[in-house]
Amino acid sequence: MGRLLNTILIGVSGGSIYSLMALALVLVWRSTRVVNFAQAGQAILSTYIGYVVITHTDNYWIAFPVALVAGALAGALIDILMVRTLMKRAHSGPVAGIAPVIATLGLLGLIRAVVGMIWGGDLRQFKLPVSNHGFTFGHNTIPFAPINLLIVVTTVVVMLIFSLIFQRTNLGLSLRASAYQPEIARLAGIRVDLTRTIGWAFAGAAGAVAGMLVTPTNYLSPNSLDLLLVSGFVAAVIGGLESLVGAAVGGLILGISLALVLEYVSSSLAFPVAFVVLIAVLLFKPSGLIGAKRTRHA
Amino acid sequence: MSGLVISQLNISHGAIRAVNDLSFTVQPGQLAAVIGSNGAGKTTLLRTLSGLKSAHSGSVEWNGESILRKKPEDLVRSGIVHVSDGKSVIPELTVKENLALGGIWRKDKKDVALATEEAIDLFPRLGERLQQSADTLSGGERQMLAIGRALIARPKLLLLDEPSLGLAPLVIDQIFQAIKSLRDRHNLTVVLVEQNAMGALRIADIGIIINLGKLVASGPAHELIDNPSLRAAYLGY
Ligand SMILES: Nc1ncnc2c1ncn2[C@@H]1O[C@H](COP(=O)(O)OP(=O)(O)OP(=O)(O)O)[C@@H](O)[C@H]1O
Ligand SMILES: [Mg+2]
Repeated sequence: MGRLLNTILIGVSGGSIYSLMALALVLVWRSTRVVNFAQAGQAILSTYIGYVVITHTDNYWIAFPVALVAGALAGALIDILMVRTLMKRAHSGPVAGIAPVIATLGLLGLIRAVVGMIWGGDLRQFKLPVSNHGFTFGHNTIPFAPINLLIVVTTVVVMLIFSLIFQRTNLGLSLRASAYQPEIARLAGIRVDLTRTIGWAFAGAAGAVAGMLVTPTNYLSPNSLDLLLVSGFVAAVIGGLESLVGAAVGGLILGISLALVLEYVSSSLAFPVAFVVLIAVLLFKPSGLIGAKRTRHA
Repeated sequence: MSGLVISQLNISHGAIRAVNDLSFTVQPGQLAAVIGSNGAGKTTLLRTLSGLKSAHSGSVEWNGESILRKKPEDLVRSGIVHVSDGKSVIPELTVKENLALGGIWRKDKKDVALATEEAIDLFPRLGERLQQSADTLSGGERQMLAIGRALIARPKLLLLDEPSLGLAPLVIDQIFQAIKSLRDRHNLTVVLVEQNAMGALRIADIGIIINLGKLVASGPAHELIDNPSLRAAYLGY
């Protein structure tokens, strides 16, 4: 019983990070209908910027907001400089759907190369912001450590902030309206281009948080977040690609299943399991477990 | 000159000339019905008036100012509000959120609240369904919601694209009466695009009949209704 509970706790911690990455992908997908492969690049760039701040200040808590802002700025810039133009130039024909996606893939390669040129390819390590020694209850030490608690709590806070913005503010209403029906949104007076850029900025910030949370228990290299991009996609697809709740639930399902397989089956299966879960969801419930509601066609 | 002045307007979709050398004027406070059958160019015209589509040549002035080349989100701020065809609501949002969209850019939140109350007074069925998602609404209710949202922007020029489309006669009556009472109460200028010629001309001050993008006839609505040759050819009754 204790073993199962511990495994689930570790799964929740890992799943939280997948949820954040899924959230980043969902925010961009909803606002521009682009599957953003560059998200891994944006997150790694933000995390390296966080790393630089840590090496200068020796303080994770200063680095964290700096990385977050850097992530948001990078997201906004990518939308303004690349995606917006691309959507206007390639708005019809067979390239329209695929051009932005391919462009984000190209951008991922570019960002990784630039990061490699600036910081080199060696693995680097963060100083831990809090301990990674499991909590102790009497004589028992569990695997779940303060760092895991930090990950889970930060994720919950980020998710809450985003859902408050989306559900309770005019900005959130603009973001949703622009995502669902851009033309009606424009006719209502919403500046849809600006709103989309804000969506990209939010996504960039969420990706940066994921990078800053996962790296302390890992290492940093120009492609250390690539696997996280894959997990984020899987989580986003499980969650139906459209909603914050979907991203959160998708991440948790993936995190917990991975932890269970690692613990009870074999640690070499971690990577295939993510794909098995992905394909199973696509086969049995292609719209995701929390798919968008079907609309009534009057 | 005040009001809406359209002169020698040409609008194309690629090689197709959807609006061809069209000129007409709507005085401030007038309700103009633009009548034409499928493919006449009515939607294309409205999309250009609201900034969604660019014109090929010609001019459009609203109260003396050219409005071609302006963006829809800016035109809304200057009082030109377009209710597009197909019951333009966002089904994923609630009725309340759809209404809120109408005033989302406005600074005067007090007046937004007042305008929202007025819209609900005009269409009480919206008031009973505020928390419902808009995709649960009937076609008529969706049209009411679309018009209600437009009103919250406090329009000066209201552009309506076939509000009667697909609705039952009783509901059409209700919508047309609402449009007329709005015009009377708020001194609104209205361009009402319709295939339902009789219904639209009955509430309109002037009528503009177009066919294949060209002006066929224009004049006081009651004269068009009584014109036997127009009746047979374009008004369909
Ligand atoms: N996006 C488009 N691309 C190409 N042609 C178009 C486009 N939109 C409209 N057209 C063409 O322009 C002409 C006018 O279309 P429009 O939609 O303005 O007519 P309408 O009067 O609104 O018709 P309806 O009553 O059926 O809505 C038609 O010949 C139509 O095929
Ligand atoms: Mg039309």
